[in-house]
Amino acid sequence: MNIHVEARNVVKRFGPTTALNGAKIEIAEGETHALVGRNGAGKSTLVSILTGLQRPDEGEVRFSGQAAPALADRDAWRQRVACVYQKSTIIPALTVAENLFLNRQSDGHARINWRKLRARAREVLDTYEVDVDAQALAGDLSVEQRQLVEIARALSFGARFIILDEPTARLDGPAIERLFTRMRSLREQGVTMMYISHHLDEVYEICQSVTVFRDARHVTTRRVADLPHDELVAAMTGEATAAYEAREHTPGERVVLRGAGLSLTGRYTDIDISVKEGEVVGLAGSASSGKVGLAETLVGLRKPDTGTVEVNGTRVRPGDVPAAIRAGLGFVPEDRHHEGFVPLLSVGENATFPIARKLGRYGLVSPARRRATAERMIAALDIKTEGPDQPVGDLSGGNAQKVVFARALVDDPTVLVVINPTAGVDVKAKQALLGAVEDAVERGAGAVVVSDELDDLRICDRVLVMFHGRVVKDVPRGWTDHELVAVMEGMEE
Amino acid sequence: MARFRDLTLVPVIVLLLIVGAFLDPTFLTAGNLTNVLQQQAAISLLVLAESMILIAGKFDLSLESTVGTAPAIAVMLVIPAAAGGFGIGLPGALVIPLALLIGAAIGAFNGFLIIRFQLSAFIVTLAMLIIVHGFLQGPTEGKTLFQLPESILYLGSAMWLGLPAAIWIAGVLFAAGIFGLGYLRLGRALYAIGGNIDAARAAGIRVDRVLYGVFILGGTLAALAGILETGRLGAIGNNQGVGWIFMVFAAAVIGGVSMDGGKGTILGALTGVLVIGLVQNILTLIGVSGFWQPVIYGSIILIALMISRIAGGKAQD
Repeated sequence: MNIHVEARNVVKRFGPTTALNGAKIEIAEGETHALVGRNGAGKSTLVSILTGLQRPDEGEVRFSGQAAPALADRDAWRQRVACVYQKSTIIPALTVAENLFLNRQSDGHARINWRKLRARAREVLDTYEVDVDAQALAGDLSVEQRQLVEIARALSFGARFIILDEPTARLDGPAIERLFTRMRSLREQGVTMMYISHHLDEVYEICQSVTVFRDARHVTTRRVADLPHDELVAAMTGEATAAYEAREHTPGERVVLRGAGLSLTGRYTDIDISVKEGEVVGLAGSASSGKVGLAETLVGLRKPDTGTVEVNGTRVRPGDVPAAIRAGLGFVPEDRHHEGFVPLLSVGENATFPIARKLGRYGLVSPARRRATAERMIAALDIKTEGPDQPVGDLSGGNAQKVVFARALVDDPTVLVVINPTAGVDVKAKQALLGAVEDAVERGAGAVVVSDELDDLRICDRVLVMFHGRVVKDVPRGWTDHELVAVMEGMEE
Repeated sequence: MARFRDLTLVPVIVLLLIVGAFLDPTFLTAGNLTNVLQQQAAISLLVLAESMILIAGKFDLSLESTVGTAPAIAVMLVIPAAAGGFGIGLPGALVIPLALLIGAAIGAFNGFLIIRFQLSAFIVTLAMLIIVHGFLQGPTEGKTLFQLPESILYLGSAMWLGLPAAIWIAGVLFAAGIFGLGYLRLGRALYAIGGNIDAARAAGIRVDRVLYGVFILGGTLAALAGILETGRLGAIGNNQGVGWIFMVFAAAVIGGVSMDGGKGTILGALTGVLVIGLVQNILTLIGVSGFWQPVIYGSIILIALMISRIAGGKAQD
């Protein structure tokens, strides 16, 4: 087999940190090759080197046996490699057509002919079967559509090698399936792909080979078929880690969270939900199922049209977050960057926001007591930080999420609602976070877990599956992936 | 629908024309409207400059100081010491090129601090606003420059084909701006940079170079605005341009240019200038006291903003 893309003995340093230390990767022509590793293993750095955005300090990159072009020659790079980055490179204020032909709108002429540009865009969209209006503003597209536009743009440069950097992180189940179908058909057309994901099951589903990076080094490259799941995880973490074992819970009799007759136009209709102490209830469903909207209503972030929410026996005014927190609720919001933490403030402040009133009197916050509380949470959740004074913005994804958990757990809540608790965090952090939920439940709390990831839902005593805004099934513990997904997709057996 | 987004202020302009016509019979005369345009010509160049800088996701407050300082320093390099100059006595024909060059240099220095040293554009240009204005007050010691060379007075006072030259100049530059930002790759690069700087870089746009260009062009346009204003007034006072920047931002923003970058058009900004100019004119015609005009200005800006919010339908940033 021909080697399509190769990086040899790559070293890249950023100041005192070594992001890549003699790393290598070899990708055969026409294969879909996974690159996995924990946060900070050097995956993103390798991507920027393979796409020519950064120059390696040592080592070389070769495409089909030939040395990579000069860094300044962007066009040459784009003919060799295309990348769908983790962070969207779509410009929301511009149209789809212009995004597709960014910085090459005029096709060699001085003046941009907008009509021709739209026609060219439509041609590209048709070629790659992307069902999007070329004149639409990119900002109005869904996440999935934007990604398809990015893929189409990447391919339109003529590259036969595409890097997909965590493309599924923000997609729901059906969208992921559609993406995989598309990837398979690209592979049949002979396109080589490098696939980066934290979801190992996706690696097994879509990739032929896998390369594991750990601590800035290459650990192993294997055929996916010859590499059992446990070994893959062990290669990533450097130690044998068993899959997360959900614990047994013994739900009590007292209902700690109750939603009755909840409806919100366009989100969900007529929902009744109750969670007992010591019980974990899951909410599953596709992105359009309304599960996140429902969870946000339970914590007070959204105001329902009708219905009531009771936390710990107290009727909470709809849409009133402080009241819900006072009643004993802790929650982890969907997007930690958006609602989870204030990046410039310290770990200590972020973790203690909800209980600031308990840390001093007359609106004052005692720094000593805050520090003590923060240190207790840092220890309890094993947050890797220099100390309570480090800004959360400096932490890695997994540790930042732990700070969000700390904020939810700091007041020892009776009700815990977590939305996508393990999004974008690595295997070990994932286990710690799920463990934190179960710890709270063992202390007598009731928990609601909303997640797109089936692994998160395994800790639930029952899973409520939502479809188009309604709860369609209450699945008790012991389900199989296939069963649950079938219900989520609306394919009731 | 999308193509009409630039034109949300057109109903406001029509409304102002109707209201103006009812309030004062002289309002809708050619003479008065020409007057409005001429008064707005200089400030409109600043709006053009600021719009491009805002679209590219940056900020420049110092433009208003350049309006006074660039022509003043250029004039002082030319006129004799007795008239308030430096006594260097460069040829009078050089005064306009010199002024433009000074404006470009101020823009380049702003760009240098903001792009090279990655300083905050807001604070850098705030400091530059103060410093550049100081370079007007220091050398002139606060005095007004009266004895100006002929060449600098020409553009601001000449008539071309029956209209003041300043209107032609502003018109041509706006047309160039609308074309450049609408139909040239370089112009579209401003939107890409302001919309998502990493995406622009990944698309192969030379981000730093384009931004330098925008700051330099901005400074040059501000200097040209100063030249027009100098010609119109026949002298350079030590507060020429002072306070303009608020109107400039108001015009750009009600015209649909986003303070967060990546959004807005030059045509929209032009409608913003016209709204401000018409309001100013109507207030003067109906004899509203100059001391009360700011209250009404401010309110008009807020109302225009609300109208474009309703017409645009989206939250403004």
